Amino acid sequence: MNIIVVGCGKIGRTIVSSLVEEKHNVVAIDNNINVINEISNIFDVMGVYGSGTDCETLIEAGVENCELFVSATSSDELNMLSCYIARKMGAAHTIARIRKPEYNMKSQGFLKEQLNLSMSINPEMLAAREMFNILKLPSAVKIETFSGKSFEIIEIILKENSMFCGKRLTDIRSRMKAKFLVCVVQRGENVYIPDGNFILEEGDKIGLTASPSEIQKFLRSSGIDKKQAKNIMILGGSKLAYYLAKMLDASGNRVKIIERDKNNCSSLSESLPKAVIIHGDGAQQELLLEEGLDSLDAFVSLTGMDEENILISIFAATHNVPTVITKVNRDELAGMASKLGLDCIISPKKIVSDILLQYARALENSRGSNVETLYNIMDGKAEVLEFNVKSDFKQTDIPLKDLSLKPNILIAGIVRDRKPIIPSGNDEIKVGDKVIVLAANQRLNDLRDIIK
Amino acid sequence: MNRRMVIYMIGQIIKLEAVLMVLPLIVSACYREFYCSIAFAAIIIFSLISGFTLTILFKPKNKIIYAREGFAIVALAWIILSLIGALPFYISGEIPNFVNAFFETVSGFTTTGSTILNDIESMSRSMLFWRSFTHWIGGMGVLVLIMAIIPTDSGRAIHILRAEMAGPVVGKIVPKIKENAKILYIIYLALTIVEIFFLLMGGMPLFDSIVHSLGTAGTGGFGIKADSLSGYSPYLQWVITIFMLIFAINFNLFYLLLIRNFSTVFKNTELWCFFGTVLVASGIIAYNIFPIYQNFGDSLRHSVFQVASIMSTTGYSSTDFNLWPESAKGILFILMFIGGCAGSTAGGLKMSRVLLMFKMIIKDIRKLLHPRSVESVKIEGKAVDNSTLHGVGTYFALYIVIISIIFIILSFEPFDFQTNLTAAVTCFNNVGPGFGSIGPMASFSEYSDFSKIILSAAMLFGRLEIYPMLLAFYPRTWMKKN
Repeated sequence: MNIIVVGCGKIGRTIVSSLVEEKHNVVAIDNNINVINEISNIFDVMGVYGSGTDCETLIEAGVENCELFVSATSSDELNMLSCYIARKMGAAHTIARIRKPEYNMKSQGFLKEQLNLSMSINPEMLAAREMFNILKLPSAVKIETFSGKSFEIIEIILKENSMFCGKRLTDIRSRMKAKFLVCVVQRGENVYIPDGNFILEEGDKIGLTASPSEIQKFLRSSGIDKKQAKNIMILGGSKLAYYLAKMLDASGNRVKIIERDKNNCSSLSESLPKAVIIHGDGAQQELLLEEGLDSLDAFVSLTGMDEENILISIFAATHNVPTVITKVNRDELAGMASKLGLDCIISPKKIVSDILLQYARALENSRGSNVETLYNIMDGKAEVLEFNVKSDFKQTDIPLKDLSLKPNILIAGIVRDRKPIIPSGNDEIKVGDKVIVLAANQRLNDLRDIIK
Repeated sequence: MNRRMVIYMIGQIIKLEAVLMVLPLIVSACYREFYCSIAFAAIIIFSLISGFTLTILFKPKNKIIYAREGFAIVALAWIILSLIGALPFYISGEIPNFVNAFFETVSGFTTTGSTILNDIESMSRSMLFWRSFTHWIGGMGVLVLIMAIIPTDSGRAIHILRAEMAGPVVGKIVPKIKENAKILYIIYLALTIVEIFFLLMGGMPLFDSIVHSLGTAGTGGFGIKADSLSGYSPYLQWVITIFMLIFAINFNLFYLLLIRNFSTVFKNTELWCFFGTVLVASGIIAYNIFPIYQNFGDSLRHSVFQVASIMSTTGYSSTDFNLWPESAKGILFILMFIGGCAGSTAGGLKMSRVLLMFKMIIKDIRKLLHPRSVESVKIEGKAVDNSTLHGVGTYFALYIVIISIIFIILSFEPFDFQTNLTAAVTCFNNVGPGFGSIGPMASFSEYSDFSKIILSAAMLFGRLEIYPMLLAFYPRTWMKKN
């Protein structure tokens, strides 16, 4: 597919990298010649130097034959304008990165319709939602929801005193009352799709699918349930912090934001009347202790600097804050941070590239059983996809145990008439179902790809 | 330095050369030159075995190619390619001296066209074909061919393309490297076939048309006659003239024509400058040589032919221009430096570099008049960034230094000043013939073996635009840790 990406900053670069990995024809546009040179040296893309709002640049990039146009510069207005121009010049689908709160509230629908945008992406909002999910369910390090909220996949890290360590999966399943499926296990660098005889060990990261209510039941009976966070401190008053505080406010939590910039503090206090805004430097340990670090339920570090986030999060973890969430943008640092013992690491750009991949795959295959949702889990080593089953999938109405699936593929859930089914060998896939498939170390475009 | 990856790529190239040698093998079978067939077959088997050994033994775990590996692969590949390519001449006994055979092959792959053969017409058909076929392979580049065939998953492979393609800036025309390489080769092949067709129409025998087309396409210049193209009809000479000019044009422009983007092609400054220079130079020369031919048509044909041949760095000749007046020879000598357009198969400095240098000179003179003025060098309305300009300046300095070194080494030979200077310039710019004792009707056979090796190195330096070869001889490049 021909894809144009405008703006190759942190987000743009991640988008380019993941699209190139999917073998798309990518043209990158940026108005910084050094960025263009670097990106065309590292990735197999064509670099075009110029502005995304310049018609000539767009023609040079081949906008007439472009099937997907993504504008991800740091300016919302530029993104909207270049998407509008590209659309008028022949781009089939346009996606803009829009992050300012004023464009994301009431005017969002209007803007999207008037500019003919296929989608608007707000990385900060998406990251805030992901953090919010974790704060609602603090035992998990990652939670992803599938359509209709009938299924969730959560990642849990097994601590040393967990009751699951050294147990076989069949034993665990027979002992628990909840209906769930352990669909993937990450141990060190490797990812396994476990069978019933798989024995869990301390330090494993397990991926578990079930309906939200079953997940609650599971966590309660397994004793790894942490209580919902109520008292939350946020470090840094970025847009992400604003979105997160707004969501937490609405669900009745106590939020405290620590921000260095005085003006930013006052505008935050205007837009978030319920939150407590503290003006001060979050890197000062004194200040954190004074503001009650020891009595927190959760600590979220959202400053603009990865290093600062990691160090302060470690400090919070040593003061026994039950849940610590760290925003880390650079991949190298994210890996290091998890080695240092931080479990919950969230990178906004990863979330954006997941959504774009999902969109691109759904476009490529819009007639067949298309991809409804796509998540990268287990540090990108596995994917979970939700497919709409259409009639082009020939293996319907066959018991799952008789299907010959490719290796490293698992059918993790079926949604029929909005009811979740944890699949067993006797269940069948029917036309109109939604099927959740887990694939380790491979990429799927179509539901047909899972059959040998 | 990822040495495994370098050796692995070399193995791939040896395999590719073996496959390419199947063509001359077929030719030798057609003309019943069986001693040549045996030589080719033996070398094909030898290269396949060594190629597979290398690729199996050195299968790299880490396939990343940084700029350093890219340069090393290109430099080594060209040296090894020439060493193996020289074997057929040597083993078949057609060129008994291995240094001569090596010189001839390097001259072939680098599309220079300088020869050490005094009696070309006594060579076997298959060897003549192989000689010209090396032009065709070397013209667009072996590694570009490998990119078009072998799947590469890394975007960093652009470093290889950049080291092998000529010009100050190597841009892509489509997003994927593989597609780029394929498009270039398809255009290249199609144009070659069109030329063969036009030559056949003019009554040139099939073998001659193929060999001359291969030589023109790569802008090489190996012929099959002692007097190059003098013996062919004016129509054939005109066809060759036009195709020499076509192959000296940036190939990206042909792609733009194919996708019907005429305005960009029309606005290409380099193209206009190239044709402008050709017109002016051939005009002056035509006037200069009018007294020799006493005929407007002939003097125009010979002047355009020679100008096209020298500027595209092909090196064919339609007449012995060594006998022309000094003024005409002077102009041809300067044209040797300029060469063709960037992104073509031609050698030389490249028109775009010359253009940029002139613009830089004008800018600096204006800067002397208005010391506080701020001005940028622009091409087609777009500012050229400073690192590119800096690169052009450095390249020119290096270019002069290397030509000087080669010239001084050659000066120890018992030839006159003109011969030695033009030998250095013609080899380094991949043109082919020079003046004096190495004129278009003469050969390099009189030079000593040592000088031939120096000239072979000069041709490789010129074809790969200096840096890859320079880095290959720089010990730090090969250290494991740096």
